[in-house]
Amino acid sequence: MLRLIDINKYYNPGTVNEMCLFKGFNLTIKEGEFVSVVGSNGSGKTSMLNIICGSIPVDQGRIEINGQDITHMAEYKRMMKIGRVYQNPALGTCPNMTILENMSLADNKGKVFNLSRGTDKKRIDYYKDLLRKLGLGLEDKLYVKVGSLSGGQRQALALVMATMTPIEFLILDEHTAALDPKTAELIMVLTDAIVREKKITTIMVTHNLRYAVEYGNRLLMMHQGGIVLDKSGEDKKKLRVDDILDIFNEISVECGN
Amino acid sequence: MQTFILGILEEGFAYAILALGVYITYKILDFPDLSVDGTFPLGGALTAILITAGVNPLLALLLSFMIGAVAGIVTGIIHVKFKVRDLLSGIIVMTGLYSINLRVAGSANVPIFMKDSIFENRFTERLIPDRFNPYLVVTILFLIVVIMKVLLDLYLGTKSGYLLRAVGDNETVVTSLAKDKGVMKIIGLSIANAFVAVSGSIFAQKNGYFDISIGTGAIVTGVASVIIGINTFQRFSKVKATTAVIIGSVLYKACVAVAINLGLKAQDQKLITSVLFLIILITSNEKKRRAKNHAQAD
Repeated sequence: MLRLIDINKYYNPGTVNEMCLFKGFNLTIKEGEFVSVVGSNGSGKTSMLNIICGSIPVDQGRIEINGQDITHMAEYKRMMKIGRVYQNPALGTCPNMTILENMSLADNKGKVFNLSRGTDKKRIDYYKDLLRKLGLGLEDKLYVKVGSLSGGQRQALALVMATMTPIEFLILDEHTAALDPKTAELIMVLTDAIVREKKITTIMVTHNLRYAVEYGNRLLMMHQGGIVLDKSGEDKKKLRVDDILDIFNEISVECGN
Repeated sequence: MQTFILGILEEGFAYAILALGVYITYKILDFPDLSVDGTFPLGGALTAILITAGVNPLLALLLSFMIGAVAGIVTGIIHVKFKVRDLLSGIIVMTGLYSINLRVAGSANVPIFMKDSIFENRFTERLIPDRFNPYLVVTILFLIVVIMKVLLDLYLGTKSGYLLRAVGDNETVVTSLAKDKGVMKIIGLSIANAFVAVSGSIFAQKNGYFDISIGTGAIVTGVASVIIGINTFQRFSKVKATTAVIIGSVLYKACVAVAINLGLKAQDQKLITSVLFLIILITSNEKKRRAKNHAQAD
């Protein structure tokens, strides 16, 4: 279980550009939930993910994982339990290393990086099986540098790498936004399959309302640092894209757009 | 002619270890590490003082390796823990080392040509026949370079080595792997400067002296060798980057030697070094630009 308790977050504190994003923000995500998060630009979606992962500090409040306070835990330590896929496909992989080397790195997450051989030859078949499931032919390109792959291929690889070792949370930060519609669809299907298979608690930020409605068992809509819509279970299943669009429009009218 | 070529090979191999160190920071870590200008003479200073005291020359190499590693850790800690910019961290250590080197050596110039070295000692005098003498230095240098290269290759193929490459390639991945990217940078800087100090030790033993000015422009020599080597051999995927860097060092020293041979004086050496470096940078930029234009035309 993940809890954000009474979070305050200011940007540029003490300057004329000071902006309060979160004031007393609370969120609880239960084990096994697949939460899709939508909201306009600047509503605080990505900031929320960054706060959970520890990429940015909070000004006040507490972050807990399974009751353990991780508010001041370094980002890299939190990643022991968290896998993250970014909007930019380049962020999840090492471009100048081969697919095999990238897979070997990901496979060793949570263990020591010592002076033993970087790639365990006995694991190659396992890597190939994982890559074959993607249906992109990556299993035949083990010795190709990741930098020469397409954005979609890199994102698929990043997804596999992020979920290869046991993790408790999967953080998806608009991970289909930089891909063409067909590839985005493919990555979304793969994501859903992996989340179901491994039963990982997942938080997915997306601008694609259809994905938000179709996938996951809880939907959050954020606006100006607050949650304006929170549906789960049966309520979530009944939700249609048009319903969300209506709320979006209402908010926009309030803002004077 | 033969002595000319041998001279180039000797210089090239002696600086090849420096180039391997710079390869780690400049190419793998993407960290412009200027502390190299201080750690190269640091190895030389320590070696001069150890050899004067009668310490085994091989042990002097090993101790140079260790002291270089410590200097690299200092640069790393300044950068990682105190968040000083990479370039400035190197400059701080380089400047501080100037005084430390003077203190270690005791003076700005220490001659050691009368003493034993890895090239001239009881074993080489007894075991190596006289007619082989002209090739002795280059052979020993070659052996050391190969050993250092193989060690580096082996390290880069380990799990720790993978992580080091990942830090330079994409820091985010290292964080995602729940590893502290700062620690990896410190390790990389440490290994790199250890190599550089060994190079300085070899330089002092080969030339028979330590001088405080030998470090000036070490980083330029290193980066130039790396760029020449990598650019020349990037088309041949079979050639390892470390091999390319070693050949790059020899090629670079050949260019300098030719320039001096064409009538320039020894005191022009640093000027030649930097002008050549500039030419290399400009031509490698030109190459990149042309490749880009081609890509757009397609």
